[in-house]
Amino acid sequence: MIHIPLLRRGKPYRSLDTARAKHYRTGEVVAEVSQANSGLIRRDLMGQASARAALARIPARELMAISRRAARHFMEDELPLGETTQTPQQYVEQLSATTGLPYAMARRNMEKIRTVLDKVDEVIGGLTRHLDPRVLDEGFGEEGGTAMSYYPCADTLGVVLPSNSPGVHALWAPATALKMPLALKPGSAEPWTPYRMIQAFLKAGAPEEAFGYYPADHAGGTEILRQCGRGMVFGDTATTKPWAGDRRVEVHGPGYSKIVIGEDAIDRWEEYLDAMAASVVENSGRSCVNASGIWVPRRAEEIAEALAERLARVMPRDAADEEAQIAPFANRDVAERISAMIDQDLAGTAAREVTAERRGSGRLADWQGSRYLLPTVVLCDREHALANREFLFPFASVVEVPESALPEALGHTLVLTAITENQELLRRLLASPLVGRLNIGAIPTVRIAWDQPHEGNLFEHLYARRAFQRKEDRTAA
Amino acid sequence: MSFRRRVQYFYVMKERVGEARRALDAWVREVVAWHFDPATGCPFWLDYAARLDWDPRKEIRAYDDLGMFGNFQDEWLRGGPVRRWVPKGYAERPVYVFETGGTTGVPKSRINIDDFRIDYEIFSERLPEEHFPKGADWLMVGPTGPRRLRLAVEHLAQHRGGICFLVDLDPRWFIKLLKMGEREMAERYKWHVIDQALTLMRAHDGIQCLFTTPRLLEALCEKVSLKKMGIKGIFCGGTEMTPQFHRFAVEELLDGVYFAPTYGNTLMGLATHKPPAPEDNYAIIYYPPAPRAMIEVVDPERPERVVEYGETGRVRLTTLTKEFFMPRFLERDEAEREVPCEAYPWDGVRNVRPFAPLQTKVVEGVY
Repeated sequence: MIHIPLLRRGKPYRSLDTARAKHYRTGEVVAEVSQANSGLIRRDLMGQASARAALARIPARELMAISRRAARHFMEDELPLGETTQTPQQYVEQLSATTGLPYAMARRNMEKIRTVLDKVDEVIGGLTRHLDPRVLDEGFGEEGGTAMSYYPCADTLGVVLPSNSPGVHALWAPATALKMPLALKPGSAEPWTPYRMIQAFLKAGAPEEAFGYYPADHAGGTEILRQCGRGMVFGDTATTKPWAGDRRVEVHGPGYSKIVIGEDAIDRWEEYLDAMAASVVENSGRSCVNASGIWVPRRAEEIAEALAERLARVMPRDAADEEAQIAPFANRDVAERISAMIDQDLAGTAAREVTAERRGSGRLADWQGSRYLLPTVVLCDREHALANREFLFPFASVVEVPESALPEALGHTLVLTAITENQELLRRLLASPLVGRLNIGAIPTVRIAWDQPHEGNLFEHLYARRAFQRKEDRTAA
Repeated sequence: MSFRRRVQYFYVMKERVGEARRALDAWVREVVAWHFDPATGCPFWLDYAARLDWDPRKEIRAYDDLGMFGNFQDEWLRGGPVRRWVPKGYAERPVYVFETGGTTGVPKSRINIDDFRIDYEIFSERLPEEHFPKGADWLMVGPTGPRRLRLAVEHLAQHRGGICFLVDLDPRWFIKLLKMGEREMAERYKWHVIDQALTLMRAHDGIQCLFTTPRLLEALCEKVSLKKMGIKGIFCGGTEMTPQFHRFAVEELLDGVYFAPTYGNTLMGLATHKPPAPEDNYAIIYYPPAPRAMIEVVDPERPERVVEYGETGRVRLTTLTKEFFMPRFLERDEAEREVPCEAYPWDGVRNVRPFAPLQTKVVEGVY
């Protein structure tokens, strides 16, 4: 059986405590995963300064070259996996086996990660506003004649990762090029991607001290976030809430991403149907950047019907089918609980589940022995309990809202696609702290430009600027 | 081991297991006779017997007969009056009351007279002299309050000719802090405890033996090398201990200081760990202090069935002392059933941990 060890400063360590990652459908054990005890994590993180020193010694440009090489290794090479190895195809199959993600979606996420690793210069350029990378080497430099200095806010970035979608790993991927060691706690069903990314970095020549990989229980994740100067946590509200007030930790909870169509564009709504469908369905609706709401000033019913017509055609397919668009739930109970929540919220209200009418069947489906939640479109008013909800499958509510109520009515929105040329509305959206990422025009919410910060700017999370002056050394001349 | 030696060992062990079992059965008859005698028994069991249509003193002839009582109910120990547990035979003696951790509502109470001293004196015989020297002083860093542990460890130290220094930790407050989401405050409380322990160790050279909980041990070792502080033996318990923790402690925390993991509680007494052996791969194997207490591993669905050796099941405790009679109590733990060994010719348990179906409901904290 495959055994995935911990990586302690890059070195494999086989724990006596193990967890089993199981096949989402058969329940067969796909891998045994070593589990880190909290004390071990804490002990390793007592040596953070030396891990950071190992990365700090390497020029940023060299680290970027390492990242580019890692992109190729991640995508193409057979890499170590515990005591065995893993080809790219095995990675896709193993990832699919424990998360239910169809191969095609796994490959798309793989490509996302490759892009970020390969384009790390552009990504970091975007995050730093094209700061000369030598500033990271020296700690100071000059930009447009102005002296500047940046210092790292931490010796390690600790990340508590989810199992829902491997695309999120693209978010921490630039950390190595930013000279920041990593302590990663993978999601219990997705130990594969971070392990493979670390192996790609090591093969590319990154120092092994820079990588900690600690599959663990909840307490282990807490320990990582407590001990690292900077952290990221992914998960539902219950997981992320304890960290909401901790500025050291960047919280990646539900996104409540949305599409808004302005009064000026609403009569051309059919032109935007592709963008709407992609925003809701891509990646099986599992990402925080998937749209969970379509907010319009009028014609909500027509839009809901058309979107439902499109989404009702999406049905379960085999994991290896290139056309597969939705993933099953690894845990059947979760699908049933989510479905029951939706039923409860719909009961006794004027809201209408439009997809059910189109499909002629319920949203819960069994296929090849797996439990699916089929794409769901709900037509409701803005006060309804389902108007601003996010679930772990393609779900969207279509809501009518007067343009004048935007953006306040939206609430927190990680990605907002605004289809309008109304300058007054755009001005309000641009000024709103409720909107994390703003796409103007019919850009699907799931399209990420990696030179743009996503849910926080990693560079600004890891580095801070200090006031800096330097007296010219006259004696040297 | 040669085949011939294995056969010899089998017969020797069979004989020893048989002897231990006969001693247990005789002890069961003596304890039952005491607890159900109107002159010596406690009100709880005498009332209980009055409602039976059979006489325990006649019917209970061996350990297996204790099944006639069914399972001991945990609720019987929650709330008062606590005096219903005091045997009339000890009516004139000073009585202690000890409580369980209190992680799940009203704590269970157990009365005690000398049991904790007897249990720890028996345990003392198993401690290696070179690591727990006679006359050495002890430091106990852990829960005191209403628990048996403080008096027991202190008695252990005194019994071995030492003096016990104490640093208290209130586990109920710690757990409450965690439940309130006050992680940082819980952490500060932990370091407050550790600081006190370090102060005592630095001030008193005679401290060579330590009792603490796994989490506190980790915290201490983050600050100092216990070996350099003069500690020779560590007696560790109070919360779940995994094989991984055991290995981590031995390989990375202790610099060779002797580590004695223990499993005990207010209701049972104190189990002794099997000395570490390479073939056990850091599994933590405990044996109960038979015949005063027995630990069995039973089928959670049919608790009357003891599982096979190596099989996982729920831990069932039976306490058999003249102070306290507790037949067949289903603990909140699970484990694997372990075969008898030379030192302990009765069943043991391997890798005790919280019983999975109840696990999510308990916050363990540092205690």
